[in-house]
Amino acid sequence: MGTRTIIPFGPQHPVLPEPIHLDLVLEDEKVVDALPSIGFIHRGLERLAEVKDYNELVYVAERICGICSFIHGQGYSQGVETLLNVDVPPRAKYLRTIWAELSRIHSHLLWLGLFADSFGFESLFMHCWRVREKIVDIIEETAGGRVIFGSCKVGGVRRDVSNDTLRRIKDELKAIEAQYNELTPTFINDSSVKRRTVGVGMLSKEQAMSLGAVGPTLRGSGVVWDARKIGYAVYNDLQWEPVVEKGGDCYARSTVRVREVTLSFDLVRQAIDKIPDGPVDVKITGNPTGEFFSRLEQPRGEVVYYLKGNGTKNLERFRIRTPTFANIAPLVIMLKGCELPDVPVIVLSIDPCISCTER
Amino acid sequence: MAHLTIGKIIARSALSKYATRLYPFVKRAPYANTRGHIVNDINACIFCSLCQKKCPTGAITVKKPEKIWEIDRMKCIQCGACVDACPKKCLSMDQQYSAPSPAKNIESFRQEAAPEQKQP
Repeated sequence: MGTRTIIPFGPQHPVLPEPIHLDLVLEDEKVVDALPSIGFIHRGLERLAEVKDYNELVYVAERICGICSFIHGQGYSQGVETLLNVDVPPRAKYLRTIWAELSRIHSHLLWLGLFADSFGFESLFMHCWRVREKIVDIIEETAGGRVIFGSCKVGGVRRDVSNDTLRRIKDELKAIEAQYNELTPTFINDSSVKRRTVGVGMLSKEQAMSLGAVGPTLRGSGVVWDARKIGYAVYNDLQWEPVVEKGGDCYARSTVRVREVTLSFDLVRQAIDKIPDGPVDVKITGNPTGEFFSRLEQPRGEVVYYLKGNGTKNLERFRIRTPTFANIAPLVIMLKGCELPDVPVIVLSIDPCISCTER
Repeated sequence: MAHLTIGKIIARSALSKYATRLYPFVKRAPYANTRGHIVNDINACIFCSLCQKKCPTGAITVKKPEKIWEIDRMKCIQCGACVDACPKKCLSMDQQYSAPSPAKNIESFRQEAAPEQKQP
């Protein structure tokens, strides 16, 4: 046994978009153990639910995370709507699906860029973000913000998007997808990318299940599980199958995301084709009572919302289990036995979002 | 296994124009929906404090006796809850983002004269 060295990784590190700290125990260049610690950006947003009106809290829920913002708002709204026994109009459900999938496309493109950056492929990083910028423009045009939509509310959505605009967006998406398809061979076939990702950060199917991995981390290990199959919003009306890869390494996890972007483009197109006319919201009366678990698929994995109402304007308890929190335990297993230069690639491969995790 | 799969894109990028705008010389026009910053038409304001109650971050302070309406631009999250709640529709969302600021300052607006009353 060689001499053991502890190297601190993060919270400030060039490849990390957000602050997570890892104490890496090294024997020579090999990582034998990793101790994660979080707690740098805790904001106490769950506590705000106990002092804020449940209608206003949706704006706070959206700001839990800057990248998966819409799906946070959607999860919160769906939870409160279930507690209030409110049925959301179909057009609102379709608009929610369109925005959620647009948000998934921009989140995955952001991640693909950061992932390329983690193994030093700067030009690929820039090109991913160039494509992403066009999606962000569509989001700003329809929802009003680049990444914070502010469009979901309890009882529906706050603003309608005209059918003409939706048709134009469908045409724009075709051009954007063509640009995106030029980038995918680099992630899937390129020898320099494969040398850094294939066989790195292995997570077997059994480990992924027993450690509670979620999202692309779970699907990259060959487990067919996508929370969108539960059938919230209008996912049951659309034709799609979850994306699954069997490799269990960083390459499989990135391939899942590469293919999920294509799936999301397809889902947006299907939703735009099928969207019915009608109102986009219903009037909300009364206060939430009872408790409910709301489960949704975020770009990073399955998010679980626990909401408990006691008949007053404020929720009694509001708790979120975010996907990154579930993926930290598998990350520690992936890191064991890897080489030090592979650590940034493996850490990025779970798509860590620490703002979500600490709320 | 393929090599230099990004070569075609790089060659095209090198020979074509910039993908970015030459900000600040070229600016993209804001979209009609863009949530920039909150504007209050202070002369139409009746200081009902509904905006203060509806604000999820507590960025707005209304002082009815002094006829002062204050907004903390750093706290405001541009959600537009106050615009939806305003009974006189004097609050609106401007499309321009508020300017960057080195300090957390509160913008204060004071109503000088009472709103024009309709003569009976």
